[in-house]
Amino acid sequence: MNQYEVTFIVDPVLSDPEIKATSNNYVDHLKNEGCAIVHVDELGLKQLAYSIKRRNSGFYYCIEFQTEAREIIAKLELALRRDERIMRFLTVKLDKFGVKYNDDKRNGLIKKKEKKQDPKAKDKAKPSRSGSSTTTKKPEAPVAAAAAPVAEKVAAEATNTASAAVEKNVAKPVATEAVVAEPVITEKVIAEPKSETSSEEE
Amino acid sequence: MASRDDIKFLSNPKIGQKHKKYCRFKKYGIKHIDYKDPDFLIQFVNEQGKILPRRITGNSLKYQRKVSTAIKRARHLAMLPFVTDLLK
Repeated sequence: MNQYEVTFIVDPVLSDPEIKATSNNYVDHLKNEGCAIVHVDELGLKQLAYSIKRRNSGFYYCIEFQTEAREIIAKLELALRRDERIMRFLTVKLDKFGVKYNDDKRNGLIKKKEKKQDPKAKDKAKPSRSGSSTTTKKPEAPVAAAAAPVAEKVAAEATNTASAAVEKNVAKPVATEAVVAEPVITEKVIAEPKSETSSEEE
Repeated sequence: MASRDDIKFLSNPKIGQKHKKYCRFKKYGIKHIDYKDPDFLIQFVNEQGKILPRRITGNSLKYQRKVSTAIKRARHLAMLPFVTDLLK
């Protein structure tokens, strides 16, 4: 009995049931050929290192099976080649060390190194950084509001929506240059009461 | 008389000592190299995704061959790139 391992990438555009049906299709195919399925490993959606058929991610499946007959591999590969849902496949014959490795992996004897957790931690750190950047943005808005108390006094008669609009207008320039922002404030504050007075006159 | 431990060196005295390279597969008894583990295989490629020579990794010939086949299989399955920049 030789042990083989076939890994293939399923098109991620398909719906989840379709993807599962694809893998089950090949499991059934092997069973019909009289193979003993050892294990079906669903590696899940992964980012591809390079694009295949204009797809940047794929669903990885790995089927391990035992068989006596070599012709089955050719049949399986032909079926995989004809299938449009399969992006890539690779069939490998496992030696005794490979079989042992996979057994150990299934039993949890082989653990991923801690190094693997570090990139995850970095990934976690990245969103927190972005979150901190958002938090840094939030203080900017009050600063902008503080920078424009004069504007608020002038625009005291103006409605809340107008003041909010002023703050929004102020917030963006402050992020770039505070000095440039100040004249902008005055201009807009002047501009808006005018428009309101004109509306009142009407 | 001050013993060697008491002496404080300005620079690390271990700098410049030659460390003998070793094959990690032989040392730790790793018999099988999984092509589905790109995080492990990335140790044996350079920034452009090229396979590092034995001269640098210190692998024995037997395991260097296994590493290179595993990397090539991983490349076929798009787990490792064929060519890139700034892989690490």
